[in-house]
Amino acid sequence: MNQAAAAASSNMGIVISDTLADTLAVSVPLFRPELCLSATIVLLLLCRILPVLRHVESAVIALGGVCFAAWYAWCDLRGLPLGELASGRQELFTGLLAFDSLTAYIRLLLMGFLALYIVFTRVSGIPDREDGADFYTLVLGATLGMCLMASANHLLMLFMAVEMASVPSYALAGLLKGRKASSEAAIKYAVYGAGAAGVMLYGLSLLAGVLGTCHLPSMAIELARVTQVGPASGSVMVLSLGGLMVAVGLAFKLSAVPFHFWCPDVFEGAAAEVGGFLSVASKAAAVALLLRLAFSLGVPLVDSAVGQSGAAQSAMTALADSRHFMVYLIGLMAAVTCTLGNLAAYGQTNMKRLLAYSTIAHAGYLMMGVAAAVAMAGVTPSGSRDAVTAVAFYLGTYVFMNLGAFAIVAFLRNTLRSEEISAYAGLVRTSPGIVVAMAVVLVSLIGLPPLAGFVSKFLIFSSLVEAVSAGAERPLMLLLLVIGGINTVVSLFYYLRVLKVMTFDPPGEERVSQAFPLVSLPGAVATGLVVPVVIFGIFWSGLYACAQLAGGFAF
Amino acid sequence: MVDAASLTQPALWPLTMIVFLPALVAAFLSLPIVPRGRDEFIRWTTLLTCAAVFVLSLWMAWPQLFGATGPAQFRLGEPGMQAVVKLPWIEAFGIEYLLGVDGISMPLVVLTTFLSMLAAAASWPITKHVKAYHVLFLLLVTGMLGVFVSLDFFLFYVFWEVMLLPMYFLIGIWGGPRREYAAIKFFLYTLLGSVLMLLAILMLYFTSDLRQLSSEQLIASHVVSPGLDAAGQTEAVRLIKDEKSPVHTFNLLALAQIGQLPNSPFAAAEVWGMSLEKWAFLLLLIGFVIKVPVVPVHTWLPDAHVEAPTPISMILAGVLLKLGGYGILRICYPICPGAGLAFAWLVCGLGVVSMVYGAFAALAQKDFKRMVAYSSVSHMGYVMLGLGVWSAVAGHEYRWDAWAQGVNGAMFQMLAHGISSAGMFFMVGVLYDRVHHRNIEEFGGIFNRMPVYSGLAIAVFFAGLGLPGLCGFIGEVLVTLSSWNYSRLLAVISAFTVILTAAYILWAIQRVYLGAEYKGPHGDHLTAITPRELAIATPLVFFAILFGVAPQLLFNYVTPTVNRQVETLADWTRRVHDAAGAVAVAADESTDRAR
Repeated sequence: MNQAAAAASSNMGIVISDTLADTLAVSVPLFRPELCLSATIVLLLLCRILPVLRHVESAVIALGGVCFAAWYAWCDLRGLPLGELASGRQELFTGLLAFDSLTAYIRLLLMGFLALYIVFTRVSGIPDREDGADFYTLVLGATLGMCLMASANHLLMLFMAVEMASVPSYALAGLLKGRKASSEAAIKYAVYGAGAAGVMLYGLSLLAGVLGTCHLPSMAIELARVTQVGPASGSVMVLSLGGLMVAVGLAFKLSAVPFHFWCPDVFEGAAAEVGGFLSVASKAAAVALLLRLAFSLGVPLVDSAVGQSGAAQSAMTALADSRHFMVYLIGLMAAVTCTLGNLAAYGQTNMKRLLAYSTIAHAGYLMMGVAAAVAMAGVTPSGSRDAVTAVAFYLGTYVFMNLGAFAIVAFLRNTLRSEEISAYAGLVRTSPGIVVAMAVVLVSLIGLPPLAGFVSKFLIFSSLVEAVSAGAERPLMLLLLVIGGINTVVSLFYYLRVLKVMTFDPPGEERVSQAFPLVSLPGAVATGLVVPVVIFGIFWSGLYACAQLAGGFAF
Repeated sequence: MVDAASLTQPALWPLTMIVFLPALVAAFLSLPIVPRGRDEFIRWTTLLTCAAVFVLSLWMAWPQLFGATGPAQFRLGEPGMQAVVKLPWIEAFGIEYLLGVDGISMPLVVLTTFLSMLAAAASWPITKHVKAYHVLFLLLVTGMLGVFVSLDFFLFYVFWEVMLLPMYFLIGIWGGPRREYAAIKFFLYTLLGSVLMLLAILMLYFTSDLRQLSSEQLIASHVVSPGLDAAGQTEAVRLIKDEKSPVHTFNLLALAQIGQLPNSPFAAAEVWGMSLEKWAFLLLLIGFVIKVPVVPVHTWLPDAHVEAPTPISMILAGVLLKLGGYGILRICYPICPGAGLAFAWLVCGLGVVSMVYGAFAALAQKDFKRMVAYSSVSHMGYVMLGLGVWSAVAGHEYRWDAWAQGVNGAMFQMLAHGISSAGMFFMVGVLYDRVHHRNIEEFGGIFNRMPVYSGLAIAVFFAGLGLPGLCGFIGEVLVTLSSWNYSRLLAVISAFTVILTAAYILWAIQRVYLGAEYKGPHGDHLTAITPRELAIATPLVFFAILFGVAPQLLFNYVTPTVNRQVETLADWTRRVHDAAGAVAVAADESTDRAR
């Protein structure tokens, strides 16, 4: 009795010491960017309490912390094993999180974005001195959740991460205190988000219930086993239902049709700064999560050390149905999202609303890339890798395009006191510099060379063509290709309309003709965001090489 | 990576400067250090830049004029690509900064630089936002020149698209009353075409495989640089051949080689029951004929031409329309010969339809500039017909000389139309600047008021008419003659179209220039032609006459390249045809045996 207890306690001791060793030696070092963020959040809150530190600018603290985090994220990406077939995958915290090249890439992307974002918001002045600490705490907290979204390896973690990213966003949407539209946006966002989260949680529980585990790689193995044995009559139904419900939650984060209704209202009501944050960071994390979930449930992990290539192959075949289901789900949603986003943007008169629909349309293009990646996973792994690379590259350029667009909208709001497109009439006469910057951003969003948006679209289309020529889900890929092409032409209308108003139209009479000089602090920030759009449109080898690292995450 | 050796390629700087000098100057002009008020300075800078680019292109095209001949300069009579520049750009996709000129592109490059110089000179009357106008104009020039010299499909596409935005703003800001409509229409049509083109590019890229080419073909298409020593070439070829997965390429020359292989992967692959070759051909053709433009998709042209300011109309008619013809000649046919053969009727038919439709539409116009715009549609129909008869004469005789005649005629027609249409638009612009209307009915008697101008204008219009001895004649007659071998009906129609052309041009001349006296509005503004206008009009008239009497000046450049391309494709047709015949004969024999 005593001996057994002693043995149990010593076993317990081994487990504890193993876990501790694993946590300290493996997990924590690869978790440093998140830890940095957490420390910064604590510091921000502390500064509020201590009267001595009251005068320290919160943006400076936040920027410092983010720079540290970005540095660690960069080190993690640099430390990845080079070579086409290495993802450098490691499971952290007993399998709750996964670290691999996708995690590293998205995390670096988010940190880089955050650094730019803090500089931009400091200059545009939307969090005033009082609100600064709140604002940056919320932003950093949401980003922390997004980092976890990119690395979630367990259903529980997945849900936690999504919520961690969402809840601060709800508060951010209501940042403009005392403005009715802002509060309305916040409440809409929160209610919609809660609903989506509930549905997603239910879906997750269905999946976990049928498969008996929450650990994503184990779920894939179980799924393959269930399929090979011949599924019990009801379980396919339950699994599909669970998959659909999870898709609802993800579609909400991606603002994919038909769960996009919150997006234009929130973007219009909230400050442009918040819109920029939601449209870029939130989207990047959601796309990363979509990739991870789709690949976890569609592609079994190859354990090269054991060398079970035969078993892996048969699991791969067994998961073909699962991939087929996901490809159609993601692909069709992408097609609808892209088309609806572009068509709805046509009638908008408010710039932020227009950008919201543009964001929705771009989520469609991104999802097309994800669909191509999953479709090719079983047919040509190199093609699938290219497709993931395309998506990762798209996200990289999207940071500059969209943050640039929102930054210009915010700066123009400060000058013109309006975010209506009609207020921009004849702007080229007073402030040609900012109009050129806006033109670069919008033309890049259309996808015309030689700008970054073209390269991104080119890569997405090329992965669709690659899927067609590899014969992976051919009809759907052809359909997506055609729809993507038509949408590019359609999107021309509304982006150009903004430029048309800025350049062709005579200035309105009631507007105070205030110039926005490019040689100023805001001008410098806008230029700093726009110049990379041009550079990545011409010299994109470097960014592509980074994205290629992320592309290999599943193989 | 870019190493020192590749930076010493002889043609690197000349070609790069021809393409990018305008863009560099545009960047300089857009800097805030150039104040917005200094209009004269900006105009002169632009004009001098265009002149410098023209001289540079002339230095390449006509070395004798400058004495010494260097390795970067054009050698007459050599059919292949010359002055090739090859630098790596995006290695992950094998995209290269690959430029070069041959007998097809060299004259078009010179035409472009020449016309942009004249258009820059014609931009003096532009007084609104002078700085922005000239910046956009220079960017447009870079885009056009880039299209003509790039040999990498991706690069070609980038330049193709770079032209769109400046053109949109040039029409939309400095155009006539319906400028916004015209600008967006132009942009939409062209963007639709280029999205289709992008799909075709991607299809071709992912089906191409460099490993199928022999080492000679790899070297001839500059995939492996001919500048390397023998060991380096062998090594580079081995690297390609040893790849385990297909090596895709954007190299236009290599794509053409692959497309003409007996077992071309483009012909083998199928999408929705039609070979990929045909899909690519059709998609590319739509993209290019929108630019040409050809009848069902021509409607952007009258609007854009009419609304655009005079210099931009000159560029539009003189250069932009040629891009379509150039694309068909350089890309569609060599890369997709099988589809070219199968769709010859389509290309020829489109050509004849737009020829006739354009002529009738021109007859009906009241607006002088609109009439000239429709005459462009009609004239570019000859180009389509000339290009189309090419692959068509493939019955049992292989008369490649007849095809070559058609293509040479089409090329000549493009160059001649570049001069005559730019001239016609300029002449209309001169009148419009004075009287501010373009209604043909209200003109008349201009000859009495402006004799010098009217003489030059009538000469230019006669060149457009195709009067023997002027440049418009040669191309039309060659195209009509060669189409006789393909289809007598089409030849007869195209010959009759000449009468229609004569009708609308003579009628217009009669109504505008002849007559007793000018009775329209602003009669007192009809001042004599200014020296600046004279300096623009005279060279155009001079070349219209020169190329009419001495067409060999152009044919010396064009013919070697065109003949070789046609000959290669004739060989290809013969091979495919004989192979198909052999299969058919074998099938016949086997059925005989079965009986």
